[in-house]
Amino acid sequence: MRGLAVIYVQQFKVTMASFIQYRAALVIWLIGHVLEPLIYLVVWSTVTRSTGGSVGGFTAADFAAYFIVLMIVNHMTYTWIMYEYEYRVRQGTLSPDLLRPVHPIHSDIADNLTSKMITLPGMLAIAVSLGFIFRPVLHPVPWALAAFVPVVLLAFLVRFFVEWTLALAAFWTIRTSALNQMYYMAMLFFSGQIAPLELLPHPLRAIAFVLPFRWTIGFPTELLIGRLTPAQALTGVGMQLAWLAVGLLLMRVVWRAGLKAYTAVGA
Amino acid sequence: MATSSAVQIRDLHKTYIVPEREGGVRAALASLVRRRKQEVRAVDGISFDLSPGEIVGFLGPNGAGKTTTLKMLSGLLHPTAGELKVLGYVPWKRDRDFLRQITLVMGQRNQLVWDIPPIDSFDLNRAVYRVPPADYRRTLDELTELLELGPLLKKPVRNLSLGERMKCEMAAALLHRPQVVFLDEPTIGLDVTMQRRIRGFIAEYNRRHGATVLLTSHYMADVVALCRRVIIIHHGRLLFDGDLANLVERFTAHKTIVVALGDCGADLSSYGEVVSCTDGNVTLRVPKAETARVTGRLLADFPVMDLTVEDPPIEEVIDRVFREEHS
Repeated sequence: MRGLAVIYVQQFKVTMASFIQYRAALVIWLIGHVLEPLIYLVVWSTVTRSTGGSVGGFTAADFAAYFIVLMIVNHMTYTWIMYEYEYRVRQGTLSPDLLRPVHPIHSDIADNLTSKMITLPGMLAIAVSLGFIFRPVLHPVPWALAAFVPVVLLAFLVRFFVEWTLALAAFWTIRTSALNQMYYMAMLFFSGQIAPLELLPHPLRAIAFVLPFRWTIGFPTELLIGRLTPAQALTGVGMQLAWLAVGLLLMRVVWRAGLKAYTAVGA
Repeated sequence: MATSSAVQIRDLHKTYIVPEREGGVRAALASLVRRRKQEVRAVDGISFDLSPGEIVGFLGPNGAGKTTTLKMLSGLLHPTAGELKVLGYVPWKRDRDFLRQITLVMGQRNQLVWDIPPIDSFDLNRAVYRVPPADYRRTLDELTELLELGPLLKKPVRNLSLGERMKCEMAAALLHRPQVVFLDEPTIGLDVTMQRRIRGFIAEYNRRHGATVLLTSHYMADVVALCRRVIIIHHGRLLFDGDLANLVERFTAHKTIVVALGDCGADLSSYGEVVSCTDGNVTLRVPKAETARVTGRLLADFPVMDLTVEDPPIEEVIDRVFREEHS
């Protein structure tokens, strides 16, 4: 365990040093994470105003709170691993990682966490500025505030393991962009990124409940803005833990099978 | 299997399944519906052992199966069939204790992080390989001295020249003092001076730490300088395994005689095959058994200023090995 902690510390330093080399890229990445929820926020605010002040129980101020918090949650849980793996397997850059006496997933976790640490202050500053423009109303409850941090961490882990496992499809198909695109579309719809899931018709909500997407973005967002009861929150954490277990299990199985199929092309 | 070997390979096979199709749009469309697959036997039943501390040259033309074998030895690829052990471990199981004792350096591949100075990547390797701080400092000092890394350690990797980067790659790969070192074209693309330095370094590392080294290279100078033993493969099969000297002995039917006569006037075709004549130096190719007799006749018949008898260059010998395999 101590050995792993030392590796993480070193990996943090390396990632930090690499990221800082590319400040402009960091800013562009951040802008991307802001623009998407901002577009939905503007759309829904406009819809709300034109329908007399509220849509499905959401006022303009509620939408503002929802999308600003969602923006932060998405940023905290986002991973780029699915795009990265295709490159790694195609170009064979995975090979040096496989030669090391440590599971390659650790450097990915460290990489992702470091990038979030670097960009989080910028993201929070943007959220505050958007708050002045869109005037969100949150209904924070102390227990929900306290639960938010572990819930976001769980959300990150669920998203990370699910996406890491899907990324391993690269071992078999080498080109995974199509799969990534499908995943991304499902994510957009069922995670609550386009609209709060409360606004979806019942069958779709039921599907969203079973799939992992909601538990990585929509659920932490709903928790922080105060739209969940303690029972709903507990159910949510239960679903997160269940998906974490499924993700971990799948990852182990797929990883083993993937290594067998790995042809180490190019390297 | 003998347990004292550092590397043991028995009847090793690796078959790749690769899609294949004819060129052109029609074939491309047809391949949408039905994919044709072809089996490629990259490694087709090779066996050999390496003793601890040996430096062995692993030779063969492009596509012979060298890199595939190295990848199986270092645990990157699962063999299709056969037995394989390195330091007593089965490589593809990727046991951590195994990975801590080996390294694979690929001349065209890098493990250093591109945007930061090598010293930061070294530090990461120290943590990953759990090298105790005192050992790390000692090894780093030693590598810095042997490879003259001093001025390079703090420059971002992307600002280093190819040769400088290769030296740093070498250092990164050896910081954990591996017992078994697999080198795949470590001098590719480097200038002669840098090749010589890397070569000297490999010999010195082997001498100091008694590491077993298996080396592929297209530069025969690397092989001649470093390896007493060579293993040659072609089409995934073993063609030769033995002393470099024996290889030359076995596969060369001719010797080269260079006679300095001062001019190119004389006709020497009755003494052997005249390869060239430049600046009055005539180069003759003669059957090995004839060498002594031809040399004596030349010295008796001509006012010879100088005469040398040489084996053909090693490249030529290896080329002959491959051609004989074909015929």
